[in-house]
Amino acid sequence: MKKLLNGIDSVVDEMLNGMAAAHPEYLRRLDGTDALIRTGAKKTDKVVLISGGGSGHEPAHGGYVGRGMLDAAVSGAVFTSPTPDQVYEAIMAADCGRGTLLIIKNYTGDVMNFEMAADMAADEGIRVEKVIVADDVAVENSTWTTGRRGIAGTVFVHKIAGAKAEEGAPLEQVKAVAEKVIANVRSMGMAIEPCTVPAVGKPGFELADDEVEIGIGIHGEPGTHREKIGTAQATADQLLEKIFAEGIYHEGDRVAVMINGMGGTPLSELYIVALRVEQVLGEKGICAAKTLVGNYMTSLEMAGFSITLLKLDGELEALLNAPADTPAFRQL
Amino acid sequence: MASHIYECIEKIGQSIIDNRGFLTELDREIGDADHGINMARGFGEVLAQLPADNEDIGAALKKTGMVLLSKVGGASGPLYGTACLEAAKVCAGRTALTAEDGKTVFAAVIAGIQKRGKAVRGEKTMLDAIIPASEAYAAAVDAGAPVDACLDAMCEAAKEGAEYTASIRATKGRASYLGDRSIGHKDPGAASSLLAMEAIRSYVKGA
Repeated sequence: MKKLLNGIDSVVDEMLNGMAAAHPEYLRRLDGTDALIRTGAKKTDKVVLISGGGSGHEPAHGGYVGRGMLDAAVSGAVFTSPTPDQVYEAIMAADCGRGTLLIIKNYTGDVMNFEMAADMAADEGIRVEKVIVADDVAVENSTWTTGRRGIAGTVFVHKIAGAKAEEGAPLEQVKAVAEKVIANVRSMGMAIEPCTVPAVGKPGFELADDEVEIGIGIHGEPGTHREKIGTAQATADQLLEKIFAEGIYHEGDRVAVMINGMGGTPLSELYIVALRVEQVLGEKGICAAKTLVGNYMTSLEMAGFSITLLKLDGELEALLNAPADTPAFRQL
Repeated sequence: MASHIYECIEKIGQSIIDNRGFLTELDREIGDADHGINMARGFGEVLAQLPADNEDIGAALKKTGMVLLSKVGGASGPLYGTACLEAAKVCAGRTALTAEDGKTVFAAVIAGIQKRGKAVRGEKTMLDAIIPASEAYAAAVDAGAPVDACLDAMCEAAKEGAEYTASIRATKGRASYLGDRSIGHKDPGAASSLLAMEAIRSYVKGA
């Protein structure tokens, strides 16, 4: 394993301190916790948005703490959900009397830990609601699985619900718009190279030189199947086919697109994918109203990407285009 | 001198810590390669924080549960944490447990894990080791077997249950995303549960 670290046990701690040191105008580390909290969050009179999950997805989730997105982000160990006490501390510190919305990705551990924290905060009289993002179409949604995973589409939930909260909307409306995003967002990813969790020291799976893993999540876990590597175009088409099979996106629709890098893929390759996605959308008569290309929800140094489509209506598009100012997402 | 309950929990913690690599390797195959790391971190903290001289089993289990909840993370933290907290409730104020009490503890542990994880038997989880172990243990107790034999029955069933998880498809937890590819791999949670039960047996037999 070759990584730029000072020690395996200090990865999360130093990463969080680094984010706080680099971006004091946006966020600070909540004392004694692994939460990054918006600078001055207590003073604002708005519904609080909190997200988080394992570390290793940077810039998620701390990078989205700031105006128009999150009020706090709670980090666990690499690829491991934060614990209930950490999430609870973030809820208590960020609360400003108008309630809190927890944005949770659908992983068994994340849901359990965030729900326990919500129960603890509710006992203290804080209004806490939650939404669970499950945008990954690689996993069949059936009673035979834990349900679909939450992946890169979560960033659209942060952005749009964040804009709604920033407008001063009440908790019910912020939750409703987050649910609307979740109903209309779908993603799918693939990996060219696996990633290595520092504490494990070896890759989460192994791929031959000409192999790729289709349907990966964002935790270095294996995907749904393995195959010979194809062209960028063929790979994008394959992922898009699964996304379109959802029956959500139709001719005449306006969509937001995210071509998300998994951490180890050059932007040049992501743009090659973006070109193909625009072509396919054009052929289907779907308008790409906004396209994001970059590393938004990563999986350490994994090489690969995911495609996310979000079907827009007037409200979602306006909120998506509303200003935001965070370390990893800035928009005038 | 360390209390009985401390020594028992120490035995469990040591076994988890010693098997850190083994548990992580199981998780690497069908999960996200952190089960051993997370459990070892949690039990390391339990052993550091648990008062060694308190004989109150309920208090020790409560402390253990709270530490696991706050240090393990993932799904294992809430599941094992809740299991300990529920066991703590039925052991409150107790300084010794009878074989019969073991049945009550098992029932509380299973109810806690099911409440938090919403899983049933046959979904390739820790319950596939714990539920059969509980049944075998209860049957042995009811048949009037000596404690050692009851614990042997428990561990035997837990071991079979853990092996059985390798033959089935996961429908709960992260391994469920793999579909049929989860078949052939043992569930890491079932494996760590087996380790815990074997440590309890080894403690009772050695005491």
